[in-house]
Amino acid sequence: MSDPSLTSTTALELARRMRAGEVSAREVVDAHLDRIAATDGVVADGPVWHGRDAAELGPDDVHAYLAVTADAAREHADDIDRRRAAGEELGPYAGVPLALKDVLTMRGAPTTCGSRMLEGWVPPYDATVTTSLRVADVVVLGKTNMDEFAMGSSTENSAYGDTRNPWDLDRVPGGSSGGSAAAVAGLLAPWAIGTDTGGSIRQPAALTGLVGAKPTYGTVSRRGLVAFASSLDQAGPFARTVEDAAALQSLIQHHDERDSTSIRDTVPDLMGGLVGDVAGMRIGVVRELQGEGYEPGVEAVFAASLERLASLGAEIVEVSLPHAPSGLPAYYLIAPSEASSNLARFDGVRYGLRVDAPTAEEMNAATRAAGFGPEVKRRIMIGTHALSSGYYDAYYLQASKVRTLIAQDFRTAFGEVDALVSPTSPTVAFGLGSKADDPLAMYLNDVATVPASLAGNPALSVPAGLAEAPDAPGSQLPVGLQIMAPLKRDDVMYRVAHAFEQATGFDWRPRGPRAVGHGADTTGEVAR
Amino acid sequence: MSADTLLPQGWELVVGLEVHVELQTNTKMWCGCSTEFGDEPNTNVCEVCTGQPGSLPVVNAQAIEDAILLGLALNGGVAEVCRFHRKNYFYPDLAKNYQISQYDVPLIHDGHLDVDVVVSDDAGEESIDRRRVRIERLHMEEDTGKSLHVGDTGRLHGADRSLIDYNRCGIPLLEIVSRPDIHDPETAQAYLRELQAIVQALGVSDARMEEGSIRCDANVSVREVGDELGTRTEIKNLNSVRSLGRAIRYEAQRQVAVIEDGGTIRMETRHWDESAGRTETLRVKESVTDYRYFPDPDLVEITSPADRVEAARARLPELPAAARSRLAQAGVVREQAAAIVGAGTLGWYDDAVRAGGDPQLVANWLAGDLVGQLAAAEVTLEESGVTGAHLAELVGLVADGTLSTKLARQVLDGLIEERGAKTPAEVAKDRGLEQVSDEGELRTIVERVIAANADTVEDIRGGNAKAIGALVGQVMKETRGQADPRKTNELLRELIG
Repeated sequence: MSDPSLTSTTALELARRMRAGEVSAREVVDAHLDRIAATDGVVADGPVWHGRDAAELGPDDVHAYLAVTADAAREHADDIDRRRAAGEELGPYAGVPLALKDVLTMRGAPTTCGSRMLEGWVPPYDATVTTSLRVADVVVLGKTNMDEFAMGSSTENSAYGDTRNPWDLDRVPGGSSGGSAAAVAGLLAPWAIGTDTGGSIRQPAALTGLVGAKPTYGTVSRRGLVAFASSLDQAGPFARTVEDAAALQSLIQHHDERDSTSIRDTVPDLMGGLVGDVAGMRIGVVRELQGEGYEPGVEAVFAASLERLASLGAEIVEVSLPHAPSGLPAYYLIAPSEASSNLARFDGVRYGLRVDAPTAEEMNAATRAAGFGPEVKRRIMIGTHALSSGYYDAYYLQASKVRTLIAQDFRTAFGEVDALVSPTSPTVAFGLGSKADDPLAMYLNDVATVPASLAGNPALSVPAGLAEAPDAPGSQLPVGLQIMAPLKRDDVMYRVAHAFEQATGFDWRPRGPRAVGHGADTTGEVAR
Repeated sequence: MSADTLLPQGWELVVGLEVHVELQTNTKMWCGCSTEFGDEPNTNVCEVCTGQPGSLPVVNAQAIEDAILLGLALNGGVAEVCRFHRKNYFYPDLAKNYQISQYDVPLIHDGHLDVDVVVSDDAGEESIDRRRVRIERLHMEEDTGKSLHVGDTGRLHGADRSLIDYNRCGIPLLEIVSRPDIHDPETAQAYLRELQAIVQALGVSDARMEEGSIRCDANVSVREVGDELGTRTEIKNLNSVRSLGRAIRYEAQRQVAVIEDGGTIRMETRHWDESAGRTETLRVKESVTDYRYFPDPDLVEITSPADRVEAARARLPELPAAARSRLAQAGVVREQAAAIVGAGTLGWYDDAVRAGGDPQLVANWLAGDLVGQLAAAEVTLEESGVTGAHLAELVGLVADGTLSTKLARQVLDGLIEERGAKTPAEVAKDRGLEQVSDEGELRTIVERVIAANADTVEDIRGGNAKAIGALVGQVMKETRGQADPRKTNELLRELIG
């Protein structure tokens, strides 16, 4: 059995230990593969391991991964060790393993987007994010579970079974990047890449006690990110610490001439601002993103968070984003509209599932009926309707106007304050199946995260404390603080998050009666 | 047939044309794939043009510049922002099941094209009528792939299976929509021909109808003069300028016949059957297709193309109409001017005139004998090596009597054989083709012919002036065609008296 501390420390600490020669990249990768084999519910044989089907998963299997590229990861690690031994100059995080959301393309393994539609599809090209990671010698362990085509807030919409929350295996990890969140919280990868369209990184980060960031729209290339809503999708990091998250975003943020929406400006230095100091900064509390609908436990942690920021010398002021309450309905028109067009290409003609039928039109219909799950169908129908002639002005166009107003609200607010804060999610992690039949209740998870998505602003979630779930007296589940910053000032949100994190001292390791076991306990010590 | 005899008295034809032009950029509209025509199926493809998940389009700047160039040539206004929309519809050869196109703001708006149509009056006298066809818009989009239906007919109906070639998918395409300003088939044909000539002169496309790099659909309706516009049908599968004229003629007469029989015209798309010479229903448009256009979020608006517009204007070459009128002013007859401009041999004309060639004489060759001689030699003018300077020299040699027209043709053949490696004078000398115009030598021959044809001479003296032709023929025979005909005539008249 490998050294359990290798799976329960930070990415930067692993990088340091590899640079110092204390441990090899291969040992680090093997430690993670061992734990994945033992706790994630995968069929651990062959060059690529596959997650078990939902019916075969055990009650304690996390099911973070859909595919584990075991052979490729070991080979990459060996190659890094060889080059390090040969004295080659390597990137600062060379050898650190990573989990990649299954919505980003990577050669050599299937990209399914959590859908039957793409079962077995092996992409012919690498996403720009995947290439950036490889260039940095970050070792991809595998592809993580997600709500089908990133549509959902619990990862229960995956065609391949639910992912469980490492803090309570009977609860959801959030979504849509629930697999990436569960991998990092569940000691199955030190950090991970997710994607965020309306909160799909921030909300699962909050529900699993992690740092998760959605960069400014256009900071990270979308090439190879299978589109849900093109004007909103953005890839970003999951990590156990703010510093790890900033380091991972630094690896993937750069201009890409093959993405027309990629920002050309030079990106801010994220690591330089991590000084643990927010004294004198003005931080705005968004009036509209609290109150009704937010659990009392979440509100209590949020109130304590404000006090903590104030105690660090930040000036806390209340700020209004007057159009934020319209953000959720606007989001649930714009995102499905784009999705209805983006997902049209899944027609059985060129790749993925095909259900044969006498004519092309019937084949398209049969394939889409069989390949898409109910939530995807629901959103395609909503989006198709919203774009239809006669409804376009009332729905898509109106929602676009609301979006413009929300962006203006953010600009106005950032004229007064340096950063904005709110709870990330109105609730702590909820029980598996508890909201699965109520789409509206599920959509309300995104109420606090969609405004920054619509405006394009950077936003992250940082662990703020623990709170009791209303349905489980005495439970202790993570709560996230959302920090939003001006456009292209991702450095500001990391700076605030870092200072807050240092003052909070949150222990990211899952604990509780139904939490995953972490081997570190057996050694009585955890490297942090 | 003119518009007057096309339809019964009191009826008017109304036609609007939608022309698609494939741009000959090196690479496709959104990716780096080649636009080469005729390559093996699915070899010029990548993740972008086959719509693989996660792929993103990046606009080809050259395509926008070419489109602006054509827009300026069509007297259109250029939009301040270039914005792309998605046109959503399912079709297997449309890789993404949406076409990136333009919607509310086309790149070019409100242009026009003036076309010249030959009309004849009641006395059969021909004249040129200049007609303006307004252009509503020119917008950019991407081409689709090509479906190949394997089965009995080659058409979708009854096919066993379909194959798709995505080589064409994503090639930049311009759609040029005219206003319904066309009222006879001839104007429609002249419009299409002129558009083709402009596109070729600009070098933005080879505009070959047979390869599909220019395609034309016609919206045809009829009405009683003074009425509102009638219901239109859209005619597809027009593979030549000739088909366009025939199809409009057929469809106009069909529509009038239907209405006069008490029927109504359905809004539908009709297929032109070239061999049967008729249109037939392809699909009925029961309702307007809802394409659910919305701005493509994968592309950003390209703002302030003012500098691009000026750059394009600066590289706008002389347009065909201007070239034709310049030639006409230089004395070239209209048909020849049109032929030279249409054939793309204007450069040779200009070079020849610059080298001192007489415009009309140069034009005679360029639009006349040279065309047939090149065809016979199976070479293009470019390949032949014949230059404008050669043509100037050739017409000079004819004008000063060194060569007869007939000899000049032989010199030209020689020039083509030599691929322009020699000058006309050198070819004439090498091949002994110079005309006998030395007066002494010619006089001797003429005297011999007169002596040998006493009867004919008597005939001429008796008043039959036409008989002199027979003697010219004899002289030509003696000189193997190298006698200067003008001088021969003069000498014969002088010596016969």
